[in-house]
Amino acid sequence: MTHQPALFANDIDRHLREHESKGLLRFITCGSVDDGKSTLIGRLLHDARMIREDQLAAVTRDSRLRGSVGGQVDLALLVDGLQAEREQGITIDVAYRFFSTDKRKFIIADTPGHEQYTRNMATGASTASLAVILIDARYGVQLQTRRHSFICDLLGIRHFMIAVNKMDLVDYSEARFQEIVADYRDFADRLNVTDVRFLPISALNGDNVVNPSSDMRWFDGAPLLTQLEQIETLSVQNLHELRFPVQYVNRPNLHFRGYCGTLAAGAVEVGSEIRVEPSGKRSTVARIVTNDGDLNVAYPGQSVTLTLHDEIDISRGDTLVAANSNIEPCTAFTADVVWMHETPLMLGHEYEIKAGTRIVPGRVVRIVYQVDVNTMARSAADTLGLNGIARCQIEVTQPLVLDSYQRSPETGNFIFIDKLSNLTVGAGMVVDALNVGHIVWHDMAVTKRRRAERNRQKPSIIWFTGLSGAGKSTVADALERQLFGMGYNTYLLDGDNVRHGLCRDLGFSDEDRQENIRRIGEVAKLMVDAGMVTLVSFISPFRDDRRMIRNLVEDGEFIEVFVNTPLSVCEQRDPKGLYRQARRGEISQFTGISSPYEAPESPEVEIDTSAYDLEETVGRLIAALRRHRII
Amino acid sequence: MRELTIRALTHLRQLEAESIQIIREVAAEFRNPVMLYSIGKYSSVMVHLARKAFYPGTPPFPLLHVNTNWKFREMMAFRDRVAAQVGMELIEHVNEEGQAAGINPFDHGSAKYTDIMKTQALKQALDKYGFDAAFGGARRDEEASRAKERVYSFRDRHHHWDPRQQRPELWSLYNGKINPGESIRVFPLSNWTELDIWQYIHLESIAIVPLYYAAPRPTVVRDGRLIVVDDARFPLADDEVPQERWVRFRTLGCYPLTSATESRATTLPDIIEEMLLTRTGERFGPVVEQGRVGTVEPQTREGAVR
Repeated sequence: MTHQPALFANDIDRHLREHESKGLLRFITCGSVDDGKSTLIGRLLHDARMIREDQLAAVTRDSRLRGSVGGQVDLALLVDGLQAEREQGITIDVAYRFFSTDKRKFIIADTPGHEQYTRNMATGASTASLAVILIDARYGVQLQTRRHSFICDLLGIRHFMIAVNKMDLVDYSEARFQEIVADYRDFADRLNVTDVRFLPISALNGDNVVNPSSDMRWFDGAPLLTQLEQIETLSVQNLHELRFPVQYVNRPNLHFRGYCGTLAAGAVEVGSEIRVEPSGKRSTVARIVTNDGDLNVAYPGQSVTLTLHDEIDISRGDTLVAANSNIEPCTAFTADVVWMHETPLMLGHEYEIKAGTRIVPGRVVRIVYQVDVNTMARSAADTLGLNGIARCQIEVTQPLVLDSYQRSPETGNFIFIDKLSNLTVGAGMVVDALNVGHIVWHDMAVTKRRRAERNRQKPSIIWFTGLSGAGKSTVADALERQLFGMGYNTYLLDGDNVRHGLCRDLGFSDEDRQENIRRIGEVAKLMVDAGMVTLVSFISPFRDDRRMIRNLVEDGEFIEVFVNTPLSVCEQRDPKGLYRQARRGEISQFTGISSPYEAPESPEVEIDTSAYDLEETVGRLIAALRRHRII
Repeated sequence: MRELTIRALTHLRQLEAESIQIIREVAAEFRNPVMLYSIGKYSSVMVHLARKAFYPGTPPFPLLHVNTNWKFREMMAFRDRVAAQVGMELIEHVNEEGQAAGINPFDHGSAKYTDIMKTQALKQALDKYGFDAAFGGARRDEEASRAKERVYSFRDRHHHWDPRQQRPELWSLYNGKINPGESIRVFPLSNWTELDIWQYIHLESIAIVPLYYAAPRPTVVRDGRLIVVDDARFPLADDEVPQERWVRFRTLGCYPLTSATESRATTLPDIIEEMLLTRTGERFGPVVEQGRVGTVEPQTREGAVR
């Protein structure tokens, strides 16, 4: 690779200083092989003298073998000729190519243009700040031109260079060029991008690529490379909204505690007052540490280590923001999602969501609309396939600090990771974080299903029925402890306890007993609606009563546990002395003695506490709950 | 807050910040990472970046050098100096079986030798220590087939690279989720070019093995390539006498497999100037495997751990 040897050979030190202070521009090239994309990249590399002798010799040889036009070197071969990967099955992906001039280093994300490669184009566009979009001058604005523009726009690229290629094939006609410009402007009005530039080029002949064209003197703009060297892309930086995702806590010894990270947005100064999200704790910046000495101020993109004046609990995944910032962590947001896997996005399915340095479980709860990548038309959808793009409502189980992607790309992006395969299956750009202030309620009806999803469990009633002294309360209590320990949200309703509160006004007449069980049933139903695994321990001797409760909830939500301990054992245990009183006739209508107990005909589970110890009983219950898909 | 004006980071500072972010991310997300250390210039830059990432602490992972026992003596001395200086643990691994079998580049051919003493040895070491992430110094511009490589390159439990298992990488969000036994190779220098590396070494005054600088060294010519006779194990032909020539190395590896170039470049600016003026690629050379000493087998490229 050479950089104008004559210039620097005399003064290598000056050359080095200049090169060590040049900038970096990442851009994406969009277009198919037919548009001349590979030829354009080859031309840029060649004319910027990035091609080594050995590469050029190989390409020259290959060009001759392929009988290229007029003995010309086919520059596309510099890019395409090496794509043996097609045979390896790697085929279509993003290729990164590098070149530099005296003014800038460039990283090209070279992506295929066909519709089925939307995910690749999104990947390439995610790190680009400029897009070079190729149009064949003969065909003008095509469906794919719109598609490329839409994806680049969606990914937040602010600068478009529309390269109208193959001008040599339309006689370098200015009229044709202006016609395409007008067409494109018509369509681009619907995009967010504001900086759109047009260039008439011939990648094949090198017109307006690196050097101006002598055949298109009517064009007074600079050639592509000159524009790439000069374009200013910093305008979007917002220096006041600090976002510093803590990546790593550095504690080399007892005297140093630093928070490492890359500034995602905003500037941070020594003395800046900061707030930690989501904890809300506050402090001030003591030092901005780097290996090259402390800084007074750090800017977006810099990887630094911060120390604070106060010892507060901060860990990876937290975000430091300005103390007076309005931002609130959120657990619900809308986002534009690009799906990247053959297995479609499933509504309600739990994925891992990585945003910044935080990974949290989350799910898409609703697809607001799907977008046709070619026409930008919106339609309803309940699933999203490979390369699909949709606006979605997403919920996460732990709060995230998110900005709108258009405003702050680095803190408004995230990926979906499949929990089973560990693959990255999708990517998203936040549209709106749904804070308390502006949640759209009618869009977000909070249903039993969504509460259950938040609780990550299937709500249900686990109904323990059996004789007094059968061990219902003991077993229900032990099961609740077990379930709670396993992470389930549970509640235990005990018949005796309910009698002291909710049903204090009821006696033991048939009517009152009926009312008692009705109330317990209704409370249990509310618990299920709230998403809880609800355990009820209640003698409930009559089948009709239990059937009534079963009918209050949905199929599969009522698990009847028959605690079938023999009467003799119950009577022997007699923990409250009730059996003795009943036998003496002091209690009338005592279940099992003077009133019938109607055993369940087909309970979901049957246990006998005289046959197994408590631990084994709980184990059997857990197994049964798994069998019935409650846990 | 007073008005702040932004200054754009230079390309080297942007590359540096990106690499540091990658290195920290791996340290934060993986249980047992390791940095592969091949002693060459890419390794020197990688270690330098790791030190920056964790300053004032020491990088929280060891260095792993897969030794073939055929490295230049100057490389070994440099390696031990660097490890002592940075305070990182240095793990050396040699394929004991290979060594016991006397595998060497002269008798067994470079391909077989490289496979046993480097590729297999590396897998042995990764298995032995249970590393779940290994930093390598490879770059995307190294060769065409690497242009699509990820920063996090996924490997299954047999260390195999499967194109279908590679994950899309958007923004600076890397997916480090793996199952037990699986691992990733991490390439924090993915977006650096050879020129960037040299400029950064110059800018940061990073120490590199003296073999990169020209000096008079004893050489023989094999298959049109200059080979430095580094020790007495080099089998000379009967009539062969090593000649002293001013040479230097553009890449470093096992000395019998690494060819030198004639040069008078004794300073870093000299080297960069020479590189800028040379139109041949760093790796340009016979790519045809001839199975004999003197050919550079493609796998021996420094830093190119796949």
